[in-house]
Amino acid sequence: MRSSDEPKTVQRPARVSLFVTCLVDLLFPEVGEATVLLLRDLGVPVDFPDAQTCCGQPALNSGFPDEARRTARTLLDAFEGAEAVVSPSGSCTAMVREHFPPLFQGTRDETRARDLAARTYELSEFLVDVLGVDRVAGSYAARVTYHDSCHGLRELHLSGQGRKLLAGIDGLELVEMARPEQCCGFGGTFSVRLPEMATAMADDKLEQASATGADVLVGGDTGCLMHLAGRASRKGIHLRPMHLAVLLAEARGLMLSGTVR
Amino acid sequence: MRDVSAGTFEQRAHVGLQTPGLAAALGRAMDHRAVQRTQAFAGTDEPAVRAAGEAIRAHTVANLDHYLERFAENAATRGTKVVFATTAAEAVEYVLRVLRDHGAELVVKGKSMVSEEIGLNPALGSAGVEVIETDLGEYIVQLAGETPAHITTPAVHKTRGQVRDLFNRAHGADLSDDPAELTRFARGVLREKFLAADVGITGVNFAVAETGSFTIVTNEGNARMCTSLPRVHIALMGMERIVPSFRELSLMLPLLTASAAGLGVTAYVTFVNGPRQPEEPDGPEEVHVVVLDNGRSAILGSEFHSVMHCIRCGACLNVCPVFRRVGGHAYGAVYCGPIGAVLAPLLDGFNAAGDLPHASSLCVACTEVCPVNIPLHECLLGLRREIARSRATRGERFAFAWWGRLWGNARTYRWSARLARIGQLPLVRRRRIRRAPFPLSRWTSARDMPALARGSFRERWKRTEGRGP
Repeated sequence: MRSSDEPKTVQRPARVSLFVTCLVDLLFPEVGEATVLLLRDLGVPVDFPDAQTCCGQPALNSGFPDEARRTARTLLDAFEGAEAVVSPSGSCTAMVREHFPPLFQGTRDETRARDLAARTYELSEFLVDVLGVDRVAGSYAARVTYHDSCHGLRELHLSGQGRKLLAGIDGLELVEMARPEQCCGFGGTFSVRLPEMATAMADDKLEQASATGADVLVGGDTGCLMHLAGRASRKGIHLRPMHLAVLLAEARGLMLSGTVR
Repeated sequence: MRDVSAGTFEQRAHVGLQTPGLAAALGRAMDHRAVQRTQAFAGTDEPAVRAAGEAIRAHTVANLDHYLERFAENAATRGTKVVFATTAAEAVEYVLRVLRDHGAELVVKGKSMVSEEIGLNPALGSAGVEVIETDLGEYIVQLAGETPAHITTPAVHKTRGQVRDLFNRAHGADLSDDPAELTRFARGVLREKFLAADVGITGVNFAVAETGSFTIVTNEGNARMCTSLPRVHIALMGMERIVPSFRELSLMLPLLTASAAGLGVTAYVTFVNGPRQPEEPDGPEEVHVVVLDNGRSAILGSEFHSVMHCIRCGACLNVCPVFRRVGGHAYGAVYCGPIGAVLAPLLDGFNAAGDLPHASSLCVACTEVCPVNIPLHECLLGLRREIARSRATRGERFAFAWWGRLWGNARTYRWSARLARIGQLPLVRRRRIRRAPFPLSRWTSARDMPALARGSFRERWKRTEGRGP
């Protein structure tokens, strides 16, 4: 088993570069903005190198590594020289950390890929493990349940950083659903290759989340949230999937209902 | 017998998803297994134990020819006949020959996935030999005219009510759905068969090279009956199911039983050291071991060689969210679940099973529990690449080629996003897309899709931060 290089006890970087991910860029820009606002609020300057496009995961998972490398290379270029790279996605971070090194092995970008992998962090991991944030002060009145997205959990080995950040919010009640670590059925291209299966898995997740009586389903990956929100909206289920960054930014009064204040 | 291999995974999964009660039955069984497994590993240094298991398997498989030869030599010294079958047909033919030599009419069978792999039961049926499965789960599946839905718990998809109905129909009985009553009944039926059988056929959990012996674990004791009551015992094993000596076995056996059933040791652990020796009072007169290749050698030394480390515990099935929804029949192959999605394309070919590596959300739960650390999700990724090379549709190739070209730099990426934003306009209602033509319909058939944002993050960033940080 290839386990990630545990990037703990790293020095606090002077500034970070945002790896926004294509999904956030094109569909959920408010998640990117929340990430920037949060980091700045915690005293970390943020830049956004706009040469980046997509990590290439859809192509890699479909069996097209050459095409995956083409878009993945935009990240190698964009973050060349960046001190630390932070992303509001466990899955895209796992792509960079776990899959870039083998993907670029034997190419001229081998070293650059390994180097970027060592400097890239998922947002909650960066806040807790690198910045050493114990508690994000703020208030958000809601009953919240947390979904552990697969790649953050099992490839980055995240261990409750997201929950830790939620725990400090006044008025927020965190309730655990059954099997929070079970896949929601998104799986990137899986969600359109086997839509009926993916939807059945989403129904399981939504049922487990609803059973807690939560109003909000929080996660760290917009892919999973998009899948669950799309299903919830189609079925008329009143459960609001929400990205951790947006909830934290709203709780701190940096944003209002997903829009910059 | 139902032809489970017809159609695609998607079509077979559709049947499973529409079967009332199936997901609930599977979910209950799998949750139970997950708890048992966790308890079995509690108090052990699980990573260390698994690393040791992985090392043993890697060493053994890397030196497979050596250990198989030693096994065959040492088994021969105690009178066990070891034969190597290159293909399924050769294995079946050998078994049939032994049965003919003994004029066998009734065979009792212990659980054996290799026997499923070589299609033994249908072949014996055609030869006029009566075969009775004696593992309770296999017996249920046999009565139902099905194939196993799980590697270690073949009837995992059946509820007790379904088992009651099967038994009552097959035997004209009037049983309740009480598991104890059903088990007692099956025991009575099977006991007669054990005593009357001419030949016993079983699988092998591990062969031991140093001693030429092999071991079979069960919780019902049925394999012990199959190996000791009939005059002839035939054991079937995949060529990789071997350990160097009892020393390695002492780790591999508990690793297997903990991963498979949450047990440090099963109720029965049977060691077969060969046929009855002159000084021994009982035991079979002949013991045959058929070592099956059937495509395995081609996996050795390939990118996917680590699947040869598999000990068939089924732990990856028990945590797989896809398996949980539909069970093993949806895979349409002998081996199901994540390990099946890797093995089936390698053993049966890409034409037969090329869609199975996509029957996974790549959630990595399989890799997380594998007792010998097979990187199953990486194998699935690798197979997707190999399969795309020869079998990707023209549309898919075209789409990814253009996608790679357009998103390979930020300028054309921005440009394609702007075009898509215009293109989506006829479909968007209140920032959502509820209906769309193919291929978007693969999403919108059951889920709403968010519209592309009016301004992308990078456009907003440029507006607010464009003057520099």
